[in-house]
Amino acid sequence: MISLEGINLTAGYGGVDIIKDINLQIKQGEIAVIVGPNGAGKSTAMKALLGMLKLSNGSVKFAQDDITSMLPQDRVNLGIAFVPQTQNVFTGMSVEENLEMGGFIRDDNISLTIEDIYNLFPILKEKRNQNAGELSGGQRQQVAFGRALMTKPKILMLDEPTAGVSPIVMDELFSRIIEVGKTGVGILMVEQNAKQALNIADRGYVLVNGKNSREGSGQDLLNNPEVRKSFLGG
Amino acid sequence: MIDFINSIVVLLNFVIIPGLSYGSQLALGALGVTFVYAVLRFANFAHGELMSFGAMITILFTWFFQSQNIGLGLLPTAIIALPFGILATIILGLLSDKFVFKYYRKQKSVPVVLAMVSIGVMFVVNAIIRIVVGTETIKFSDGQKFIMKAKQFKAMTGLNEGLALKSSQVITILITILLLTFTFWFLQKTKTGKSMRAFSDNEDLALLSGINPDRVVFITWLIVGTLACVAGTLYGLDKSYKPIIYLNLVLPVFASAIVGGIGSPFGAVVGGYVIAFSEIMVTYAYKKFFKYLLPESLEPSSLVQLLSTDYKFAVSFTILVIVLLIRPSGIFKGKVL
Amino acid sequence: MKFDKYEWTAISIMVSLFILVGFIQGWSVSLVILNMCIISAIMTMGVNISWGYAGVINFGVMGFLAMGGLAAVLVSYPPIKEAWQVGGSGLGISFILLIVLVTAVFFITKLVEKKSHKYWLNGLVILFGLIIIRYFFLNATAKIEEVDPALAGFLGGANLPIIFSWVVGGFFAGGVAFVIGKVALGLRSDYLAIVTLGISEIVVSVLKHEEWLSRGVKNVIGLKRPVPYEINLQNSEWFINIVTWFNSSKLNNIIDPEKKQEVLTNLIIDGSGIFVKLNYALLFFIVMIVIYYFANKAQISPWGRMMRAIRDNEVSANAMGKDIVKQHLIIFVIGAAIVGVAGAMLVTLDGLFTPSGYRPLRFTFIIWIMVIVGGSGNNLGAIFGGFVIWFAWIEVAPLTTFLIEVFTSGMDPQNAIRLHLLDSVPYFRYLLMGMVLLLILRYRPKGIIPEKVRHS
Repeated sequence: MISLEGINLTAGYGGVDIIKDINLQIKQGEIAVIVGPNGAGKSTAMKALLGMLKLSNGSVKFAQDDITSMLPQDRVNLGIAFVPQTQNVFTGMSVEENLEMGGFIRDDNISLTIEDIYNLFPILKEKRNQNAGELSGGQRQQVAFGRALMTKPKILMLDEPTAGVSPIVMDELFSRIIEVGKTGVGILMVEQNAKQALNIADRGYVLVNGKNSREGSGQDLLNNPEVRKSFLGG
Repeated sequence: MIDFINSIVVLLNFVIIPGLSYGSQLALGALGVTFVYAVLRFANFAHGELMSFGAMITILFTWFFQSQNIGLGLLPTAIIALPFGILATIILGLLSDKFVFKYYRKQKSVPVVLAMVSIGVMFVVNAIIRIVVGTETIKFSDGQKFIMKAKQFKAMTGLNEGLALKSSQVITILITILLLTFTFWFLQKTKTGKSMRAFSDNEDLALLSGINPDRVVFITWLIVGTLACVAGTLYGLDKSYKPIIYLNLVLPVFASAIVGGIGSPFGAVVGGYVIAFSEIMVTYAYKKFFKYLLPESLEPSSLVQLLSTDYKFAVSFTILVIVLLIRPSGIFKGKVL
Repeated sequence: MKFDKYEWTAISIMVSLFILVGFIQGWSVSLVILNMCIISAIMTMGVNISWGYAGVINFGVMGFLAMGGLAAVLVSYPPIKEAWQVGGSGLGISFILLIVLVTAVFFITKLVEKKSHKYWLNGLVILFGLIIIRYFFLNATAKIEEVDPALAGFLGGANLPIIFSWVVGGFFAGGVAFVIGKVALGLRSDYLAIVTLGISEIVVSVLKHEEWLSRGVKNVIGLKRPVPYEINLQNSEWFINIVTWFNSSKLNNIIDPEKKQEVLTNLIIDGSGIFVKLNYALLFFIVMIVIYYFANKAQISPWGRMMRAIRDNEVSANAMGKDIVKQHLIIFVIGAAIVGVAGAMLVTLDGLFTPSGYRPLRFTFIIWIMVIVGGSGNNLGAIFGGFVIWFAWIEVAPLTTFLIEVFTSGMDPQNAIRLHLLDSVPYFRYLLMGMVLLLILRYRPKGIIPEKVRHS
């Protein structure tokens, strides 16, 4: 089983470390969720795993190989995909072209994967020739999700996939994430909606002030009174 | 009725056909500017000199072929020389990128700094051109000059007015159609073309999709070099080659790109024709045109010219200012390919 | 004004360069270069104020320079009465009509509510207004241009001392800059660069072709000088006395009185030329120092600090409630006005106004190279850049000739490559300028004398 592992990650911006000694692990076929209060360094931790930030300490391992010094675009080739929180679609290109660009690194036939994604998100098939910039927020998130899936990733990272979408769309997106997880992709999410996220998570990480505060299965964390009190709203 | 046809022929001969060919040259130039802007994200002031350099190399090869008695008969020799010019222009573009622009791209410098840097490149290329061919006017179009002479047209149709068709105009329009079709096909239909659009649309996401930025930059220079050399050569074939004229050509070229919406290829093409036609239409004396249309008593006594031809250059910038005032992003919202 | 060691070095380099040229190529040459250097330095300070202080790009240098030049003509040239008689009333009518038109457009914009109506109505009014104005205007200008075309053919000026034009030139350029700024400031900086460049092209082509105003490509020559004429000097007692006194030891060595007189005459001719140039240099130097003084004062004032704040962080300055566009407009106008002063000085120095000499694409960037090489944001840097680059611009030709001679000394003197290279000497200065710009931007992006970081 392939896993992506961050060991003692310490990183930040402009010399100030935002996360300190964080340990994270995502296994193929599992859904992992990072939750925590605002400013806890959730997104920073994810960017550190991706290599979008320079680590001041710690290392990143993928399938036992050390990839700490690898560029983010090279990690894509290993099978690590990322969906940023904002600006996560090519606004001037059609939905289908967005998906094609997702499959840019692949030399095999991508049309089957595109069909799979259309099956996963039927609305995208309907809007395949429309520019992604003209879609609603929820539909854009689906395009972004689909684009990342086109790389046939082993590990998929989502930075707040449900930010700014309506509750109905949010439920829909979560059920899609579960579906994708079942196909054997390892998923790591950063989420504001901690309750729903932990509900579907196999593993949860709670970050507070840039440090690991707690980890465990999603249900365990949900049932933990301290976690509930501090930020799940009772 | 005959008068009406005559007036149309006058317009065709003095406004529409020259406008189409000048517009094509501007469109190709502006397309190059737009490519650099959309992918490399700066206003390349050296683009006019790139066009000039391409035309110069083409001229040098034309002279070589002429000296070897290699030619195309009716067509200008420059057409066989053109591929060599294109190759040299591409190499110049790539070299300028490798030794100059790349450094600032890696530094993530602000666009103004890159624009300044491109001015440095402009000076250097300008100096190279002058050192190689001097500053005099060079005419290098050979072959058959006219496809149809005004006299032939008159004889053929029996009209009062002649319609002359220069072969350089026809070649310009044909090559432009060919090149534009290819460019748009490339951008819309090929994987590489789409990856360039993706890169210009959202650089970070393109990197996350595994698009290789160095390759995108490389292909950009291939396209920019080709467009610049062809635009420069066609302009020279149609009129003549003179370094100082080409130095100034960067102004209407930029105006075209911005009017159309800089960064938008379609906009660049439309902008080219808008600028070309407004330059010609505003400075054309319509006296002859009205002579055919109006009864004798109403015939205009003056030239019916909006502005003297001296203001040709000013026109393109007046259009530019008006467009920016009404619609700051250009006719077609520019920014991405 | 306190200079640090580094700045003193820069100043002494500039001074010694001129002394060197004085000894090698003669003092007259040295002074010619010096005068142009001072004018370049003033232009550079103008650009530096808008770019270096506030980050506002101004590629319209040539247009503002030409406006300054126009001021020199309009201030100093005697009025041509006949032209005023035949064309004055027509021009007056078109001017009044223009004001009426502008007022009409103003009120339409204010009073008409619906946007599409507004556009159409304005368009119609402007179209018909312009047709009517054009009729009067063309009639008047045609008549003016017919008045003694070989010598006049334009309205002439106010017949005042040309030195007044240095101030008027500032106002002319500033006025044009105000209009441009109103239209274009607020655009992104690379757009602004191209728009200002293009508008300067428009300004120059207007001056080139509106003969009734500027005599156009026929040029205006024989402008009055603010300093004495050589020929008058050569005939005035006091000047001859000074030259004799100055060279007394040299003259005393010559015994033959006839020869002595010959030498003295030559010395007087040379001396008169140098004296005139020195006068110019002195006047220009005073202007440069005055502008430098105020530019520095402004930079360290709270206003200068605010400009820097805007330049370095537009977003937060905006949040602090500073009206950025207004501040940019002010600094753009001030910078342009200084360029206009330099423009009037340039025409004063030459004594003639040649509109076709202002070529935006060729010279605008030379000024910018001066700014960048000197160090944007530093006034002494701007002066230094102006001096060094103009100096290089002039001296690179003899130097290149010399270098080519050296490198091709092994070749046959009639060798084609050698001859071609020697023919191309004037173009090497463009190569040098480009290389200098590229190298400075790469290895010393803050310029030779960088802006001083002021903690306040």
